[in-house]
Amino acid sequence: MRYLPLTPADRQSMLATIGAGSIDDLFVDVPAAARRDEDVDLPRHQSEMQVERQLSAMASKNTTASSVPFFCGAGAYKHHVPASVDHIIQRSEFLTSYTPYQPEITQGTLQYLFEFQTQVCELTGMPVANASMYDGSTAAAEAVLMAHRVTRKSRAVLSGRLHPHYTAVIENLSEMGGFTLAQSPRQPEASNGDELLAMIDDDTSCVVIQNPDFFGNVADFSALAANVQAKGCLLIAVVPEVMSLGLLKRPGDMGADIVVGEGQSLGNGLNFGGPYVGLFAAREKHVRQMPGRLCGETVDADGQRGFVLTLSTREQHIRRDKATSNICTNSGLCSLAFTAHMTLLGGQGLRHLAQINHARAAQLSQSLTAIDGVELISRAFFNEFSIRLSRKAVDVVDDLADKGVLGGVPAARLLPDGGLDDVLIVAATEVNTDEDIASYAAVLQEVLS
Amino acid sequence: MSADKQTFTGNRGLVLEEALIFEIGVSSKCGVDLEPVPDAPTMLGDCGANQAVDLPGLSEPEAVRHYVRLSQKNHSIDAGLYPLGSCTMKHNPRLNEKMARLPGFGDIHPLQPQSSVQGALELMDTLAHWLKTLTGMPAVALSPKAGAHGELCGMMAIRAAIEAKGELGTRKRVLVPESAHGTNPATAALLGFKVDGIPANAEGRVDLEAFKAKLHENGGDDVAAIMLTNPNTCGLFEPDIIEIADALHAVGGYFYCDGANFNAIVGRVRPGDLGVDAMHINLHKTFSTPHGGGGPGSGPTVLSDRLAAYAPLPYVISDDGGYHLVEDQTQAEAPAFGRMVAFHGQMGMFVRALSYMMSHGSDGLRQVAEDAVLNANYVLATLKDMMSAPFGAPCMHEALFDDSFLKDTGVDTLDFAKAMIDEGYHPMTMYFPLVVHGAMLIEPTETESKATLDLFVATMRDLVASAKAGDLNRFKQAPELAPRRRLDETQAARNPVLRWQADICEAQAAE
Repeated sequence: MRYLPLTPADRQSMLATIGAGSIDDLFVDVPAAARRDEDVDLPRHQSEMQVERQLSAMASKNTTASSVPFFCGAGAYKHHVPASVDHIIQRSEFLTSYTPYQPEITQGTLQYLFEFQTQVCELTGMPVANASMYDGSTAAAEAVLMAHRVTRKSRAVLSGRLHPHYTAVIENLSEMGGFTLAQSPRQPEASNGDELLAMIDDDTSCVVIQNPDFFGNVADFSALAANVQAKGCLLIAVVPEVMSLGLLKRPGDMGADIVVGEGQSLGNGLNFGGPYVGLFAAREKHVRQMPGRLCGETVDADGQRGFVLTLSTREQHIRRDKATSNICTNSGLCSLAFTAHMTLLGGQGLRHLAQINHARAAQLSQSLTAIDGVELISRAFFNEFSIRLSRKAVDVVDDLADKGVLGGVPAARLLPDGGLDDVLIVAATEVNTDEDIASYAAVLQEVLS
Repeated sequence: MSADKQTFTGNRGLVLEEALIFEIGVSSKCGVDLEPVPDAPTMLGDCGANQAVDLPGLSEPEAVRHYVRLSQKNHSIDAGLYPLGSCTMKHNPRLNEKMARLPGFGDIHPLQPQSSVQGALELMDTLAHWLKTLTGMPAVALSPKAGAHGELCGMMAIRAAIEAKGELGTRKRVLVPESAHGTNPATAALLGFKVDGIPANAEGRVDLEAFKAKLHENGGDDVAAIMLTNPNTCGLFEPDIIEIADALHAVGGYFYCDGANFNAIVGRVRPGDLGVDAMHINLHKTFSTPHGGGGPGSGPTVLSDRLAAYAPLPYVISDDGGYHLVEDQTQAEAPAFGRMVAFHGQMGMFVRALSYMMSHGSDGLRQVAEDAVLNANYVLATLKDMMSAPFGAPCMHEALFDDSFLKDTGVDTLDFAKAMIDEGYHPMTMYFPLVVHGAMLIEPTETESKATLDLFVATMRDLVASAKAGDLNRFKQAPELAPRRRLDETQAARNPVLRWQADICEAQAAE
């Protein structure tokens, strides 16, 4: 077998050195009832070529985003990833190394994590950021738990325009942890947030909003943040599309106490939903309540600058049942892809790219709303917006797919009981061409008429 | 060879110093050619920012050089032995990388119509079949993002089952051996359980009598679960595991098995035959997906019949019409406990793991476990006369030593590990498990050759001889030949500098 270096002769000589008669002698602690002498009932080993053939056959049954006019978003976005990014993350020294627990021989990982943290701080407008979380949804749930720790309260108020999967993840962890939640109504139109303020009670630790929200709306939430804080709560801002930070006011500048986000759009492909990279940033005074790994600068025995994982007394391997989170890993390689892509773009490049995204979405909204039976819901948006259709969005999306256009995500797919059957969420990015937009409009008109 | 030689650049031959991007890039530079912004109205409402974020850019050649230079400061499995106990640093086959990058897997959206992703759902269903068959368990939740997240998933399923029986108010205690990974007690605490430690016996296993005493302390109906790693963190199989499971089940408790060490038994032992109710599987350990410098991992969690009904959303089912994702409770037949993540889990890791499993097949996976255990026992057998093994042989996939062989040498476990770095090795896991003093946990994995192990063993023996001969400099000064010498972790924690800032950098330059 190609992955196993030991030869039969090696095995014999090693058993002799150990003083074992056979390999079975090394498994003597396994209770007899659980020993299996036969192979499990699965196919036997196969060559590289055989495996490749079967997996390629499975892959070929899927319609790829690059092969059709493609407009799906709702928390995962199709962007162009520079070829050099994928090369960099496949460097053996990044791909096949472990968590940097021995800093003298993992400075490569540690330095890019330090650079990553700095980039996340600057993008979000926050003073501290960690070395990444699993994804945006788990980062959001951890942010709620952190707010409970900081305020010593136990109830969260969620916006009805939070991504429904994020809501479900927060709900699950809160319920299991003995915390409570309230959520404002699931209406797709933007609001000023007064309904959230009205839901705050004495036990509320935080208000969680999303910008751009699940339906694509963007808004300056500075006033809301100030009002939330006046009531003794933290404002948690969720950013589902990191590209938006190239063009929108930064959540930190608008007063957020904790900013979490999904970083997939920088450096990472769609991958059918994972792996992605969660962003987590906070105020300096709360740093010791943060979950996850933090990388910090220090010096070595010769006085040279170097980096280490730090403030680990918050973490499970030291604190065990008193830890701030049970998280043990981060999303290392995805954060490398993120930071490499961001480094290639630079601040002005990111703004330019974000402008292209916004312009494509604006063009698309104009083309689609010119069609009878289409009404624009989102008045202000970045690269994604919602429309109300004259038919059920689920059916429209299926009809569009039959005609070779992946036209967006029906709100009802994630909110089947939400009374939102006619709402379609549509995203456009730099990958969409004039021709894509024209095809979409033409096909949608056909499907709706 | 001189460790002290100074160079003008600070570079040492091929080991090149590299500044931070903030010191070499500028915000106006861009390594990506972008098209002009199309003409369109601005629809940002009141939320538009007036200026770009202040982050540096680099051209492509500068960026590639930056990251390549950084990469050269890392040890990696591809470059050498990485014997981190409990971490299973095995070879990461490149076929897996190629398969995960097929556009049919890498370039599909999690929420595009299910009719357009039938191959992706088939892959998830196939992976689920392999995992269920290898573990002898009837159900699996694929979505957890990492090992600790899988633990959380398993314990949530247990909590949901307890709740369904109306026992949430009484079943509060979770028994956790002292040798457990730190994630175990952290996970239990996160779910509101009370962690109760159970001691190890002199052989490094759960003390069966102490376990039973703890279990029945209050009659047994206050125990929610045990969280047991098997093979355990001392690298030993728990011989009483079936008896433990039976005693636990008799009082209505659940058996969570930490599957971090599944590599030792894959293909030879099915956890389902041991009475396990839930177990996470680290695809990045047993099934060779890359560790990536700390993630992304993937932690599918297999569930017994007693827990299967509570499996979280989403999951894949199939019928004559093809594969379907059950994404919402309204579509589910059983009372799912909720959702662990947005979307469906770590698809990129699913592809890699399945590619690995299909390559090895049932026969190859069995050989994986055997070679992993053989390699570890070989290390134990060839080092135990010079180092101190606290427990008897055989071990499973990792060999544990304590620091008693260093007694009176002035060298401790940390010094010993750092001296290994100068010899070109990544150190073993240090100071874990906590049940032995100054622990050194060595897991070679099955992908190391005998020649590699022989040189490693010879190196370790030379280091031990050196320590016993009083050559303190070799240890106390180490590492001297790595890209950095020992780093001041106290300063890092006392005055945290967690991001680059111009003024801090200038202040340091002025010193």
